[in-house]
Amino acid sequence: MTFLFDGDQSFYTRVREQSDQPMELCYQCQKCAAGCKMAEQGEYTPNQIIKMVQMGMNDKVLHSSSIWLCSSCEICGARCPNEIKTAEIIDVLKEIAVETNMIKEKKINLFNKVFLDTVRSIGRIHETRMMMSYKLKSGDLFSDLDLGFQMFARGKLPLLMKGTKSKAKVKRIFDRCKNVDR
Amino acid sequence: MELSYYPGCSLEASAIEYNLSAIAVCEALGIELKELKDWVCCGATSAHSTNPLLAQVLPSQNLALAQEAGLDLAIPCAACYNRLKRADHALRYNETKRKQTEEIIEFKYTGQVRVMSLLEAIVKGLGIDKVAKKVSSPLNGLKVACYYGCLLLRPAEITCFENPENPVFFDQLMKSLGSEPVKWSYKTECCGASLGLTATETVKGMVTPILDMAAEAGAQAIVTACPLCQANLEMRRRNRGEGMPVFYFTELIGMALGLPDSKNWLVKHLIDPLPLLRSMSIAS
Repeated sequence: MTFLFDGDQSFYTRVREQSDQPMELCYQCQKCAAGCKMAEQGEYTPNQIIKMVQMGMNDKVLHSSSIWLCSSCEICGARCPNEIKTAEIIDVLKEIAVETNMIKEKKINLFNKVFLDTVRSIGRIHETRMMMSYKLKSGDLFSDLDLGFQMFARGKLPLLMKGTKSKAKVKRIFDRCKNVDR
Repeated sequence: MELSYYPGCSLEASAIEYNLSAIAVCEALGIELKELKDWVCCGATSAHSTNPLLAQVLPSQNLALAQEAGLDLAIPCAACYNRLKRADHALRYNETKRKQTEEIIEFKYTGQVRVMSLLEAIVKGLGIDKVAKKVSSPLNGLKVACYYGCLLLRPAEITCFENPENPVFFDQLMKSLGSEPVKWSYKTECCGASLGLTATETVKGMVTPILDMAAEAGAQAIVTACPLCQANLEMRRRNRGEGMPVFYFTELIGMALGLPDSKNWLVKHLIDPLPLLRSMSIAS
C-alpha cells in the first residue's frame, strides 16, 4: 500500500495482521457509518477509522474517544459488503492504545482493569465489590449513589455472593494469557 | 428436557429477577436447568477489549465444564452467550485457537454441546407452541416492544440464529403469551452495553432513541433478554424514574403461565411495572 501522507506503515501492518480484517477491501460505502450509534457520540465513523489506519495515522486514531466508545455491537460488521468487522479492528486499537499509553477515555480503561482484576482474584464478578473498587479508583464516588441505594434496597447488590471453586484455574488462565506474542 | 445452565455474574446480583424468573419459568415449562458446576466469568467486554487470548480461553473454561456435564447449554445473559458462542465457534473452526485453548485449559474439545441463549432454548429447543399450551393467564394485549439488542444475533455467522436485521422469533413468543408485540425499527440497536457506568452520557444518548421509538410505535413496555439492556433502559434515561417499564421475557412468560412468584420479581425493578399491569388487569 502506498502512503500519500507521512503515515506510519508499520501501524497499518500491525493492525491489519492482528485484527485479521480485510481492511484493504473497504471502498468507503459507509453502510457501517449509517448503522453506528457511537459515531454521533465520538469523533469518527467506522469507515473513517479504517481510512486513518490505512493511512498510518496512529496518533489521531489512538488518541480518539471513538475507539473507547465503541460498544462492539457489530452492526458495522454485519452490514459491511466486504465483511470487514470494524469492531475487531477497534479492539486491536484499544490494545495498542493501552500499550502506548494513549488513552483518551481513562474511565473506560480503568473499568476494564478493575473488572479483570476482580475476575482474576475471585473467578467471577462480584458486582458490588467491583463497583466499589471502580468508584474508589476512579475517584468518582458520588455519581449513581442514589441508584446504588435503590438497587441495594432491592437486594440487587448483595454483599455476599457464591464463589467458584475454579478460582485457581482462572488465575492460571490469566497468567498463561498474559505475555503471549500475538 | 434437560439443559446445563450458565447464569453469569449479573444474574446473581443486578439481574436477580431475570435469574429467579428464568428458573421458575423453565421448571413450569418442563425444562430442567442444571447450573454448571464452578462456572467462571465469561470475560464480557473487558476481556475482548484488552486481551484476545483471554477472551477466547476464559469462556472456553465454561465450555469445558459444559462438555463434562454432557448436556446442551442455555445462557440467559446475551453478553455471556455471545462470548461463549464465539469461543465455541473458534474451537469448532479454528484449529490454531483450538489447540491453544485446549493446552491452556487442559481438555479436549468434542463440539457435542450446543450453546444456546435461553431465549433460543425456549423458542427453538422447546418450541413456542409448547409455551402457548401452558398459558393460563394471557397478557390481555399488552403492547410490548421486543428489544433483541445486539449480542443475541450478531455476528450472524456465529450465532446462526435468525435474520439479524429483522428477527421475529421474540415477537412470536410474546404473541403466544397473549401480548401484542409492536412493529418498531430499533429492535436490534445497541443500548450502550457496559459503558453505562463509564460513559453515562453516551449511553443516555443511545437509550433515548430506543425508548422514544418504542413509545412512538405504541408500546406500553419494553421486553428484553439481556441484563445490561434492561439496566441501561431502566437507569440511563434522561428523565429518571419516568416512562415505560422494562421486563425480562421470562417475567412475561411467568405471568402468562400464572406463576405465583411473579410479584417477587417485579418489585425488584427500578421502574415499577405494577401500575401498568394493574391497569391492564394482568397478574393479580
